[in-house]
Amino acid sequence: MTTTASRSHEEFFLDPQRCIGCHACEMACAECETNGQLAMIHVDYVDRAMSPQTSVQVCMHCEEPTCARVCPADAIAKDELGVVHSANAARCIACSNCVLACPFGVPKKIEPMKLMMKCNLCYDRTSAGRRPMCATVCPSGALWYGPRERMASMRPNSSPVNEFRFGLQKVRTRVNVMMPKGSTELVVDGTEAP
Amino acid sequence: MLSTLNLRALGWALLASALLAASVVAGSRNLQNFDGALAAYLFATLFAAFGIVYRYAVWLQRPPTRLYWRAGWRLLFSPRFPAYLAELARRLVDELALQRFIWKRSPKRGLAHVLLAWGCLSAFAITVPLVFGWVHFTLKAGTIDVYEAHLLGFHAFDFPLGGFVALNLFHALNWSSVLVLLGVFGFLRRRITDAGQISTQTFEMDLMPLVLLVLISVTGLGLTWDYELMQGRAHPFMAISHAITVILFLLWLPFGKFFHVFQRPAQLGVALYQREGEAGEQAVCPHTGEAFASRMHVEDLKQVTAELGYDYRLAGGGSHLDLSPQGKRAALAKAHLAARTESGAFFG
Ligand code: HEM
Ligand code: SF4
Ligand code: SF4
Repeated sequence: MTTTASRSHEEFFLDPQRCIGCHACEMACAECETNGQLAMIHVDYVDRAMSPQTSVQVCMHCEEPTCARVCPADAIAKDELGVVHSANAARCIACSNCVLACPFGVPKKIEPMKLMMKCNLCYDRTSAGRRPMCATVCPSGALWYGPRERMASMRPNSSPVNEFRFGLQKVRTRVNVMMPKGSTELVVDGTEAP
Repeated sequence: MLSTLNLRALGWALLASALLAASVVAGSRNLQNFDGALAAYLFATLFAAFGIVYRYAVWLQRPPTRLYWRAGWRLLFSPRFPAYLAELARRLVDELALQRFIWKRSPKRGLAHVLLAWGCLSAFAITVPLVFGWVHFTLKAGTIDVYEAHLLGFHAFDFPLGGFVALNLFHALNWSSVLVLLGVFGFLRRRITDAGQISTQTFEMDLMPLVLLVLISVTGLGLTWDYELMQGRAHPFMAISHAITVILFLLWLPFGKFFHVFQRPAQLGVALYQREGEAGEQAVCPHTGEAFASRMHVEDLKQVTAELGYDYRLAGGGSHLDLSPQGKRAALAKAHLAARTESGAFFG
C-alpha cells in the first residue's frame, strides 16, 4: 500500500448537526476509486415524521472495530494507519454480521455481489495526502478533514470527541465528532429499544 | 512458540495428514505404483494438508465462525433436510462452480475468476491422483503403442498412443495452464490499472499470488514445449523450475491468498442460516418500526459480541443491537442533538 505520503496530523471531524441533507457527499463518495461508483456514506432523515433533520455518517474507524471482530471470514482488516478497510473481496461471505453489529450502522452489504463494502476513508486519497471526497464537497462543515489546530480555531466553542458509549460499551474511534466545548464522550443509550 | 500452538488444531492437523499419508500408501498399493520422481510434490502436499487443516481448525474456534459452522451442519441435518440439501446443491453450482456473484461485481472479474479457478481446480484434479500414485499408466503387455490406465491399482481402460484420448490426457494440464494464465492476466490488468486496487493492494497478499500462478503455468507449459520442440534438451531446467514453483505454491497454500479456496464453502453454511432466518421470526427495529433481520441473527450476534468481550446492553434493558443500522445512526444523531440542545447552542 502507498502509505508514504499519508499525513498523520490530519483528522476527520464530523458534525451531524451541520448536515443540511444536500447529498453532495454521497455523489462525491461514489467517485471514490475504492468503491466502484457506489456511495458508502449515509445521509438519513433522523425521524422523517417529526422533523426535517438529516444526519450524515461515515465509518468511524474504531480502535477495536466490532465489525472486524464479528466477521467470521477474517475479511475486515485494520491497518497501521488505523484505517478499517472494506471487506476483502476474496474472503467476504456476505453474512451481514458486520452490518448488524457495527454500533454506528455503517457497513453496507451488496447481496448480488456477496460483498460488504464500507467507507475506507478514501484510502486512495488519504494515503496519498489528499482529503476524503466527502470532506472536499460538504458545503456546511458537517464533514471536515484537516489539522486539529485549524478545527480548534474554526470552532472555538466545540470539542472533538472520539469516545462513545453505546449502553455499557465504550468505543474509541479515529474519526471525531464535534461536541459542545468540554465534552469528552457521546453517550448513545436510546430509550426506544425494548 | 509452544504456548501459541493450538493443541486442538494440532490434533486435527496431525490426524488429517496421517489419514492422507495412509490413503496414499493404500491407494498406491504400498507405494508400488508411487512415482519416486514425484516425492517432493508428495511431501509438499502433505505439508499443505497439515497447514490447511491446522489453520481451518484455529479459524473455526473464533466465535462468529463457530456460530456458522455449527448452525450450518445443524440446519442441514434438521427436519428440513430435503429442502436444505436442494438449496445447497443449487448454491454449489451457482456460487462455487459458476461463481455468478463475482460476475455481478463485474463481468470481467467473473470471467477472469472462473478461468483462473477452473484452471487451478482441474490441474489439482489431474495432478493430485498422479502424485499420490492413485492413477498410473503402463504400456500394455505385448504391444508397443497401447497404454493402460490404472486407478488405485485396478485396471481402468486402454488407449492407443497418439490417439485422441492420449493427446487430451497428456495435454490436459496444458489446457489448465492456459485457463490460469488467461484468468491471471485479467486480474493483473485490473491490479495495474484500477486506482482503488493500486492503493489498497499489497505485494504478498495480492500480486505475489498472481506472479506465482504465472510462473507455475509458464514452467508447466515449458515442459511440453521442451519435449515437443526441443527434443527434451531443457528438461532438467524445466522440471526443476516447475517443481520449485509448484512446491512454493503448496507450502504457501495454508497461509496466503489461496486459503480462500478452503474458506469459501462457508458461504453455503451462511446461506442455510439465512434461509432458516427468513422462515422464522423477524427482528423489528424500535426506531424504524420495520423488520431488518431475523430475530435469530440478532440474538446470535448479541451472544457472539458478548463472547468477544463487547457489551452493548443498554442501561434501561434491551441492547443497542436491537436497532437496525438506520436506527443506530438515528440514535447517534439524536444523542448528538440532545447534547447540543443541552449546551444551549446547536453549533459552535
Ligand atoms: C472454487 C471456488 C472459488 C471461489 C468461490 C472463489 C472466490 C473468489 C472470490 C470471490 C474472489 C474475489 C474476486 C473479486 O471480486 O475480485 C477470488 C479471488 C481470487 N481467487 Fe478465488 N475462488 C475459488 C477458487 C479459486 C482457486 C481454485 C484459485 C486458484 C488457486 C483461486 C484464485 C484466486 C485468486 C488468485 C484471486 C485474486 C484475484 C485478484 O484480485 O487479484 N480461486 N476468489
Ligand atoms: S464504525 Fe462500524 S464499520 Fe467502521 S470500524 Fe467501527 S465497527 Fe467497523
Ligand atoms: S458480511 Fe462479509 S465482511 Fe461482513 S462480517 Fe460477513 S463475511 Fe465479514
